[in-house]
Amino acid sequence: MAIKFILPTTLVTLLLSQGAAFAQEAAVAEAALSPTLQRLLFLAAALVFLSIAFVMGRNRATAMRNTVAMMHSLPGFHGAVAVQWGALGAFAGVIAHAITGYPMGMLGAVIFAVALALMGVAYALTTIKPDFRARTFTERSVMAFLILCSLVAVLTTVGIVASLVFETAHFFQLYPASEFFFSTVWNPKFGGGSSLGIWPLIWGTLYVSAIALIVAVPIGLMSAVYLAEYASPRVRSWAKPAIEILAGIPTIVYGLFALITVGPLLRDYFAQPMGLGDSSSSVMTAGLVMGIMVIPFVSSLSDDIINAVPQSLRDGSLGLGATPSETVRKVVLPAALPGIVGAVLLAASRAIGETMIVVMGAGAAAKLSLNPFEAMTTVTVKIVSQLTGDTEFASPETLVAFALGLTLFTLTLGLNIVALVIVRKYREQYE
Amino acid sequence: MKASSLLTQDPRTKKRNSAEKRFRGLGLTAIVIALAMLVWLLISIVTAGSPAFRQAFLTFPVLVDQTIVDKAGTRDPALLSAVTTLGYGKLLANSLRAEIAAKGIDLGDLKPKEIAQMISEESAATLRDLVLADPSLIGTTIPFTALASGRIDGFYKGRVTMETAALDKNTSPAQLILADRLLDADILSVKFNTGFVTMPDASDKRPEAAGLGIAVVGSFMMMLVVLLLSLPIGVAASIYLEEFAPKNRWTDLIEVNIANLAAVPSIVYGILGLAIFINFAGLPQSAPIVGGMVLTLMTLPRIIIPTRAALKAVPPSIRDAALGVGASKLQTVFHHVLPLAMPGILTGMIIGLAQALGESAPLLLIGMVAFVRDFPGGLFDPATALPVQVYSWTTRGDPGFVERASGAIIVLLIFLVVMNATAIYLRRKFERRW
Amino acid sequence: MKDMNMETRVLIQPNKIEARNVQVYYGDNHAIKDVDVDILDKTVTAFIGPSGCGKSTFLRCLNRMNDTIASCRVEGLIKIEGEDINDPRVDPVQLRAKVGMVFQKPNPFPKSIYDNVAYGPKIHGLTKNKAELDEVVESCLRRAALWGEVKDRLSAPGTSLSGGQQQRLCIARAIATSPEVLLMDEPCSALDPIATAQVEELIDDLRSQFSVVIVTHSMQQAARVSQRTAFFHLGYVVEYGETSQIFTNPKDPRTESYITGRIG
Repeated sequence: MAIKFILPTTLVTLLLSQGAAFAQEAAVAEAALSPTLQRLLFLAAALVFLSIAFVMGRNRATAMRNTVAMMHSLPGFHGAVAVQWGALGAFAGVIAHAITGYPMGMLGAVIFAVALALMGVAYALTTIKPDFRARTFTERSVMAFLILCSLVAVLTTVGIVASLVFETAHFFQLYPASEFFFSTVWNPKFGGGSSLGIWPLIWGTLYVSAIALIVAVPIGLMSAVYLAEYASPRVRSWAKPAIEILAGIPTIVYGLFALITVGPLLRDYFAQPMGLGDSSSSVMTAGLVMGIMVIPFVSSLSDDIINAVPQSLRDGSLGLGATPSETVRKVVLPAALPGIVGAVLLAASRAIGETMIVVMGAGAAAKLSLNPFEAMTTVTVKIVSQLTGDTEFASPETLVAFALGLTLFTLTLGLNIVALVIVRKYREQYE
Repeated sequence: MKASSLLTQDPRTKKRNSAEKRFRGLGLTAIVIALAMLVWLLISIVTAGSPAFRQAFLTFPVLVDQTIVDKAGTRDPALLSAVTTLGYGKLLANSLRAEIAAKGIDLGDLKPKEIAQMISEESAATLRDLVLADPSLIGTTIPFTALASGRIDGFYKGRVTMETAALDKNTSPAQLILADRLLDADILSVKFNTGFVTMPDASDKRPEAAGLGIAVVGSFMMMLVVLLLSLPIGVAASIYLEEFAPKNRWTDLIEVNIANLAAVPSIVYGILGLAIFINFAGLPQSAPIVGGMVLTLMTLPRIIIPTRAALKAVPPSIRDAALGVGASKLQTVFHHVLPLAMPGILTGMIIGLAQALGESAPLLLIGMVAFVRDFPGGLFDPATALPVQVYSWTTRGDPGFVERASGAIIVLLIFLVVMNATAIYLRRKFERRW
Repeated sequence: MKDMNMETRVLIQPNKIEARNVQVYYGDNHAIKDVDVDILDKTVTAFIGPSGCGKSTFLRCLNRMNDTIASCRVEGLIKIEGEDINDPRVDPVQLRAKVGMVFQKPNPFPKSIYDNVAYGPKIHGLTKNKAELDEVVESCLRRAALWGEVKDRLSAPGTSLSGGQQQRLCIARAIATSPEVLLMDEPCSALDPIATAQVEELIDDLRSQFSVVIVTHSMQQAARVSQRTAFFHLGYVVEYGETSQIFTNPKDPRTESYITGRIG
């Protein structure tokens, strides 16, 4: 018993002295190692350290179990407790230094963290007692970790909103909000005196999205109707995934398709012969290609929604002598309408937020024009062009991107929420 | 009315039946259009991109002339590295002319400078690196395979013709005629181009040398970051929400939040990354670690949704059985529910990774579009990514880059097909109906 | 006296539907075997039998609703007024206009009460103008004993009615296409006793105009509303005859066991 108690204590002291010596050597070696390698080494050392802590905790608990009648938790849980305290110590050490700006230098920080970690482990070892609920303790920590992870989603939203709002406020200090919201001229200049009115961009965005929906909604909806009501199971089993491939293709591929195939085609066979312009990037190019991309968003969700319409309604209609198409048009689609509206709204939000297709297909000129064969630009294109390259976060020309981002975020969020609410209500109706 | 027979169709029924046929035809047409678009898209990209995998090379012996690369003859590294690629270009041009003369090929009226123009400037740099690494090569004649210039390369891919060459100051019909003679003499050859996937990007004037190497490495690093971050976080969040979360306003908020995050435009995540990771936390631009973290935030909600579905698909009877033998709730989840849900979780994970791999818009904002020539040594070094490389190539002037961009898309699509096929295979193999 | 009257009526009615040697398969499952049944005009015929005996399946053969199930295959001869309904020249749309159907669960369309009833006449073009349509809707709702309850809210959605009202609405909807045969697949199984009594009364009333075939789980219901009864068991028609005879003096021991509650 005594020996078993002394052993870990000696080990700790040994580790402490060894750790200090190692740290000195490390300081010498530091200059020779690349930062990446240093980080990897640090990680590996931490892992080894925690494994040792685990083994020590477990062995100690195992030893105790042999001497007492009954322990609340299995030895492994006591080992886990040692790991938690050790990790907590190390983490606290690192964080304390990181936020105070490394007052003792990199090396001091490492030593400090190691010392705290060792103290943590040492404390954990003293807690090992028959009635200590190590399992409950561990489970609580795991639970805390699970909750923390589920909060990442919330933090992401907070981060998005905070960064957008903060920088937008910054922008409005440098540039009048009224100009941004009411001016119809977009003309950023890099010496000051820019006009940054959002309307040409909103117009381009809505124009492209409208064309996309005009392409995607009929095709997507009719495909969904055919798949849900007419197609044999065999046709359905390959046609549905085949259409969904369209949704899995990265948008950069559509962008390139717009740039090298659709754009020149539209210019050579439509725009130039009709005298409507000679630009290969145009609202029509981006809208058509985006429409193709959006087809599966309409068709998949509509297909689900049409399938959710109870069979009894179809039977009722067919039983009265309606043809299948009459059943679809007069019973199934009206019953599915709210869900389909939700699907279309989601597709619209997708189209409004799409970036690569418009960057490569729509052009960069901010214009308020009705000619679909003219190059126009969208909110997303301007976010990209204002924020790539050398970005200096003091000029309104750069910061305007955040105001554009906030506009885009609000617009798509609104559409999404409305769509989700509609779809959810619809599903509940038939449950 | 009563007298009507079932065996004959009345006119109204005939009309209704033809409306039926039209409607049905309309549905079929819609599907055919959608699939035709898919096929058109793929064919157009593959035709434009497949030439990127073939490349014109010039193979000839090169005399590493001491009078050009080491005038002093001292082999002093400092003096050696003072010789620029221009000098090595001259070396290549001289050797090529010597080879042409040796094989007795008719030069036409080409000037030496025009012959030099047929060799890619990139090859001079390659040769320079070779000689600097091994100065003993100086004075010897070594076999060398140089890249043909972009225009000569384009000639063998149909991009450059005699007519366009006549108008082009970078090449001339005479050069193309000579190239054909070199082809006959086996000096010029068109071969499979491994460099396209291994070499780094090249500058604006050298499309023939541009490769995807750094983009592939960068994308791989980012996928590693996404995997290491989003798998534990995504699974942990899903377990909490699906198995433990009480049903109250807070968890409802988290759920709505996740559903909405999955539909937030990807570019917004780019803004977030720029503001938080680069401006606020001071992490380097163009680094795979930042790209990986941005893509993780974007992918997380898209992973949590299928993961929760997989957990939900495990029947309650399994949980009851484990709880019944005295396991704690957490043990039940980790010992029984999670292993059974794993195939579904992995499938969702792979599909999420595939989406992240193809994503480009947020990466543009955090500087992954920069021109990078050196392979990254770690997650904090500058790199590019496959889809972003495609975009930056399309913004360049030389038409040779369009072919490269399309070729890069083929590489990207191959990765995606492999990943999705794996996901489908996993789903088929482990699919379980309870 | 009433019984006497009914029997004579039954005897003088011609055959509306003749089914001979009908077989139905679901994939490999042989669900209906060698069924021969004659359905008389202006008569209520009840199909009874334990669950899964095929009575609903056979009912759905009579207006070819089984066509909508991909794995289902029907063989044998079914004639309505001497015409084979499975003849390739027969359009199921016309057939179903002639042979209406009411389903187990009330299934009003998510439309107004008026539009529910007007649906059939509209698609079949039975009325020339709005006034005629109004008339048809009103008379069908009256026949379905629903007019009094809904006349003030014809534009309310059909789904807002109670279960019994919904089922009567579905019956009104079915008779609005002026069918000659009305098939009812357990029309009262989802209804409470009061609503059931109302629907049964309605069925008895409908007999004056239509030939009604009703599938039911309840023997009491069969005894109450039908004149003729067929007993289905394991896909066969075990016994078919006058309702009074089936219930008081069954010829087959299986019928007797079922009626006395030993199988089912």
